[in-house]
Amino acid sequence: MEACNCIEPQWPADELLMRYQYISDFFIALAYFSIPLELIYFVKKSAVFPYRWVLVQFGAFIVLCGATHLINLWTFTMHSRTVAIVMTAAKVLTAAVSCATALMLVHIIPDLLSVKTRELFLKNKAAELDREMGLIRTQEETGRHVRMLTHEIRSTLDRHTILKTTLVELGRTLALEECALWMPTRSGVELQLSYTLRHQNPVGFTVPIQLPVINQVFSTNRAVKISPNSPVARRRPSGRYMPGEVVAVRVPLLHLSNFQINDWPELSTKRYALMVLMLPSDSARQWHVHELELVEVVADQVAVALSHAAILEESMRARDLLMEQNVALDLARREAETAVRARNDFLAVMNHEMRTPMHAIIALSSLLQETELTPEQRLMVETILKSSNLLATLINDVLDLSRLEDGSLRLDIGPFDLHGLFKEVLNLIKPIASVKKLFVTLSLSSDLPEYAIGDEKRLMQIMLNIVGNAVKFSKEGGISISAFVAKSDSLRDPRAPDFFPVPSDNHFYLRVQVKDTGSGINPQDIPKLFTKFAQSQSLATKNSGGSGLGLAICKRFVNLMDGHIWLESDGLGKGCTAVFMVKLGIGGRLNEAKIPYASRAPVNHVWTNFPGLKVLVMDDNGVSRMVTKGLLVHLGCDVTTVGSGDECLRAVSNEHKVVFMDVSVPGLDIYEVAVRIHEKFSKRHDRPLIVALTGNTDRVTKESCLRVGMDGVVLKPVSVDKMRSVLSELLDHGVLLESQ
Amino acid sequence: MEVVQLQRQFLDFLTSLYREGFLDDQFVQLQKLQDDSNPDFVLEVVSLFFEDSEKLLNNLAAALQQQFVDFKQVDAHVHQFKGSSSSIGAYRVKDACVHFRNFCEDKNLDGCLKCLQHVKNEYYLVKNKLETLFRLEQQILAAGGKVPVIP
Repeated sequence: MEACNCIEPQWPADELLMRYQYISDFFIALAYFSIPLELIYFVKKSAVFPYRWVLVQFGAFIVLCGATHLINLWTFTMHSRTVAIVMTAAKVLTAAVSCATALMLVHIIPDLLSVKTRELFLKNKAAELDREMGLIRTQEETGRHVRMLTHEIRSTLDRHTILKTTLVELGRTLALEECALWMPTRSGVELQLSYTLRHQNPVGFTVPIQLPVINQVFSTNRAVKISPNSPVARRRPSGRYMPGEVVAVRVPLLHLSNFQINDWPELSTKRYALMVLMLPSDSARQWHVHELELVEVVADQVAVALSHAAILEESMRARDLLMEQNVALDLARREAETAVRARNDFLAVMNHEMRTPMHAIIALSSLLQETELTPEQRLMVETILKSSNLLATLINDVLDLSRLEDGSLRLDIGPFDLHGLFKEVLNLIKPIASVKKLFVTLSLSSDLPEYAIGDEKRLMQIMLNIVGNAVKFSKEGGISISAFVAKSDSLRDPRAPDFFPVPSDNHFYLRVQVKDTGSGINPQDIPKLFTKFAQSQSLATKNSGGSGLGLAICKRFVNLMDGHIWLESDGLGKGCTAVFMVKLGIGGRLNEAKIPYASRAPVNHVWTNFPGLKVLVMDDNGVSRMVTKGLLVHLGCDVTTVGSGDECLRAVSNEHKVVFMDVSVPGLDIYEVAVRIHEKFSKRHDRPLIVALTGNTDRVTKESCLRVGMDGVVLKPVSVDKMRSVLSELLDHGVLLESQ
Repeated sequence: MEVVQLQRQFLDFLTSLYREGFLDDQFVQLQKLQDDSNPDFVLEVVSLFFEDSEKLLNNLAAALQQQFVDFKQVDAHVHQFKGSSSSIGAYRVKDACVHFRNFCEDKNLDGCLKCLQHVKNEYYLVKNKLETLFRLEQQILAAGGKVPVIP
């Protein structure tokens, strides 16, 4: 054989088989060459691929494998030694690289695998975050709903709007099927369905408050899930299969008294309302924690808003009540004023109209007495006199009492003969007493001043009344009157603990005791004696007349004189003692003291004469004008007279100190003149004082005069003394404080 | 003695006038205004009153004889008369005037005429009395005495 360095193939060269191998090897090589290319291409494209070195190795490995298979192509036929060597070299290289790659892959593959797990993990995390985001978004929305709800609730003070809005908004926010509010009834034993959202139940439906489920809800301030079958959660059977979950929460109804100024309101109130919320049926929804929290917050807000509304309602109601009362009071006041006015008008008429005929009757009967009469006639006349005197007394009593009650009665204070007064009383009572064969004794203490200052007429009235009563109720025995100055120890009377007489230098307390031996008084009746018109039955005998006003009037007079009056009796049939104490001024000797009832010089400092005082008198009645002028001239004034308003305005000057205007003349506008005088003299000290002379002292005239700026009103007829005191007061004070 | 008797007569007469209601307290006041500086005050006032009253009575008679009686005018006259008589202290005259005014208000012609008569009567009565009184005063003064005052 020739040495051709040929290698004999191992297998016999079978044509077909060889051809197949040849093609396959070719394709393998192709694939092996293209795979790395693809790899490189795609890796170049992707941004991230951490294992480039591995890729190179892998690429090398694949390329070499491809090369191996490629070179294998030549080994199918006879091939030179070089091809064999290249083949071997390729194979060796391939082996080396592949082993290296294999070794490398042991490290790489777990890494690659863990990348995958991380990817899965991240995906899960992303999904979870997504979910949580969704949850937060829902919460934020609900938070927004709560704020809006609260805003809606708090924006109104009307209770109904508050509750309605609450239910509506809650229903909307939470997509509820039904939302209902149960309020406790007035009695507190039942809960009444007051508001519902969708009217599944009729309003007015009640359940007793003591149900266990309700107690459970009321005992905590959290929202509580309750069973859909409980009576508060009942609804119309709607054919649904699965009712939605129901939650109930308590709404505290805060009472006004729970609010202290500086503290938070204590939830010690026992009254709650119940709010029931139902999820839609068949929705498989569940109550979430945040929804429950929302409900609790809303319930609290509603409570506060309701309390505000309640407070407002309360104050509005109080205000309305006050207004009503005000109107009623106003009406009552006006009615009372009308009544008083009517009474005064009536009295004024009575005063004059009744006294006039009385006066005539009494005067004429007493005149008749003085003429020659037969005994029967005399008896008749005496009876007439007695009755008419009684009537006159009665009229005076009634009129006096009314004025006393009015408070319009004022005492006529003046100096008088105290001793004389008692003697006068004695003289007046002696005849009557002697007819009844009663003795009368008078004892005046030695320290009793001779003259005193006070209201002589009224004091006399008091004395006469008491002594008269003593005589009236005594059938035998006598009356003893004693008067003395009350000393400080005898001043306090246990019967009148609030009577604190305080004697001073100018005043003393006169104490008078009138003791009789008459029928006495039951001690129980004593308090009633001073009540108007009350006469106890035992005292009213056939002979006693009188209206029962006497003692009441006495008491009033005594009170006006800062005094006290009371009666003591040991019982029926044991006589009675009347005691009174009054405050009198200590008087000096009177200059012209003859008979009382005469001149009455006023106590406060009075001018006796007004030399040169310039006065203007306006009166359109000649006689009246002359009389007034004479009066003023007598007092020393320098008088100018005019007969009309115009003349008055012309004549008045700032030299005139006083202007007297006769107001009783109709047609002459006195008020206009007064206003003009005011206008004429703008400065107050230039202006003469304006006084109205009128026969009419009703309030209307007085007010009209004062309204146009007159300084005083004087009632006609005017006596010298009255004019004197009027002028004194005008000059001293510049105004007449009381209309005379 | 005569003076004393005259004085007593005067006092009795004056007292009776008060008692019978012809004069009231206002006359007392008038008397008080009479003093040495004004010795004839009362006489002057009373004379003025007589003059005034005559005029008023004539006016009244005329007014009431009209075909269409103006009651307001009549009332005004009566008011004047009332004023003067109360200034003097002629109580009964004033009283009569009050009644007269009521009839005027009611526009009762018959009543007014009757009242006018009544007022006239009273006026003449009191005029008579006052003239008597003044005569007595003059007598006392002529006899050298002082006119007594009721205390």
